[in-house]
Amino acid sequence: MSTLGKALAITRKDILSEARSKEIVFSALIFAILVIIIFNFAFGADQTSMTLVAPGILWVTFTFAGVLSLNRSFVAEKEENCLEGLMIAPMPREVIYIGKGLGSLLFMVVIEIIALPIFTVLFNVSALSLPVIVITLLATIGFAAVGTLFSALAVNTKARDMVLPILFLPVVVPVIISAVKATSLALTGSGWSDLGSWLAILGAFDVIFMVVSFWVFPFIVEE
Amino acid sequence: MEQNVFRKYWLAVLGVVLILVALWMVFLYVPTVTQDGHPFAQRIFYFHVPVDWVAFLSFFIVFIASIAYLRTRDRKWDNIAHSSAELGIIFTSLMLLTGMIWARPAWGVYWVWDPRLTTALVLWFIYVAYLLVRSYAGEEVRGARFAAVLGIVGFIDVPIVALAIVLWRTQHPAPLVFEGGLDGKMMATLMVSLAAFTCLFASLLRVRFSLRKAEYLLRSIEQE
Repeated sequence: MSTLGKALAITRKDILSEARSKEIVFSALIFAILVIIIFNFAFGADQTSMTLVAPGILWVTFTFAGVLSLNRSFVAEKEENCLEGLMIAPMPREVIYIGKGLGSLLFMVVIEIIALPIFTVLFNVSALSLPVIVITLLATIGFAAVGTLFSALAVNTKARDMVLPILFLPVVVPVIISAVKATSLALTGSGWSDLGSWLAILGAFDVIFMVVSFWVFPFIVEE
Repeated sequence: MEQNVFRKYWLAVLGVVLILVALWMVFLYVPTVTQDGHPFAQRIFYFHVPVDWVAFLSFFIVFIASIAYLRTRDRKWDNIAHSSAELGIIFTSLMLLTGMIWARPAWGVYWVWDPRLTTALVLWFIYVAYLLVRSYAGEEVRGARFAAVLGIVGFIDVPIVALAIVLWRTQHPAPLVFEGGLDGKMMATLMVSLAAFTCLFASLLRVRFSLRKAEYLLRSIEQE
């Protein structure tokens, strides 16, 4: 089996187990919609202020839903001692990172695919455009790249639910800034050329953190 | 014995002397630059910039020592990284505080969500997380490993954070130093102050390092 094949086998295992339990996607999705609704109460419903705060609301929602689903990523492995099984499998540890990362990315994308139309309807903004989708995808890759690394770290600590957000949020600040700014531009109808520099930062973040996390991941799952 | 004491404390002594010289230069030697009607506010610059430099230096040391620790698993490197991170947080806090003290008379507010200020704040949070991870990890060796990973990831994040926030309009004064905007006396004062804070940092790092080494030793004796 090739390296990618092994990684995809791990992803497939996660998808199968998620398809049966629906634990991550369902709960994170309900959470995301609740956050959107709560923000609606917080900022009032008049249209001009909504257009102004909508990108921020969208990304706070996606960030928190992302933390929630990433947190679950390694919990099941730890609780049932599956991580040990993965570690004695004849493959480099980096493969676990790729496999788990792809799984987390997929779950977050599914949550976003359902949450974006709901957001569009509730906030009356045109969030279902190609630029917004590209921004969302790039930002989510960044979340998964960093989040999978920190999720594996957090699961081996005492206060695991607290550790992930404390590590994850400051590191993904550039992703959140770029995503909010780019979404705000996209929602007000700016073209691709205006989004360029923000998309470049998102892309650079994704590539750098995929490489770095890939390199340091084996140090996290050593025991 | 005497020579030993000298070798142990020469950095601290040099630091104290340089800080006294720097104080004299900052308050008596350097020409007054009146800024928005505040003749004295600008003088904090000679503390603020060296503190920034030391904060950055300490996180760079964390980065290098973290890589060295993961490669060699020598506890010495972890000790350096840990001690340097603690000092880095102190100096980042000082950087934020001195910045705020200056911002109040200069900008009229203590805080603005400006690129450099925001980057400094994010940096502060990353290295607080670095220390938290150690205490949450349970075992010491595991904590060292996790912290080393965060020391690497966090440092690599800094330029991207800075880049992202710089795309906003910046309110922080541009670094005058590199544009030759400082006259001779101001430059000299800044240099002395930089040297003073670097000595202070180096001697603090050394003290913290040997303190932690003694703690390890004590613990291993207790376990026997």
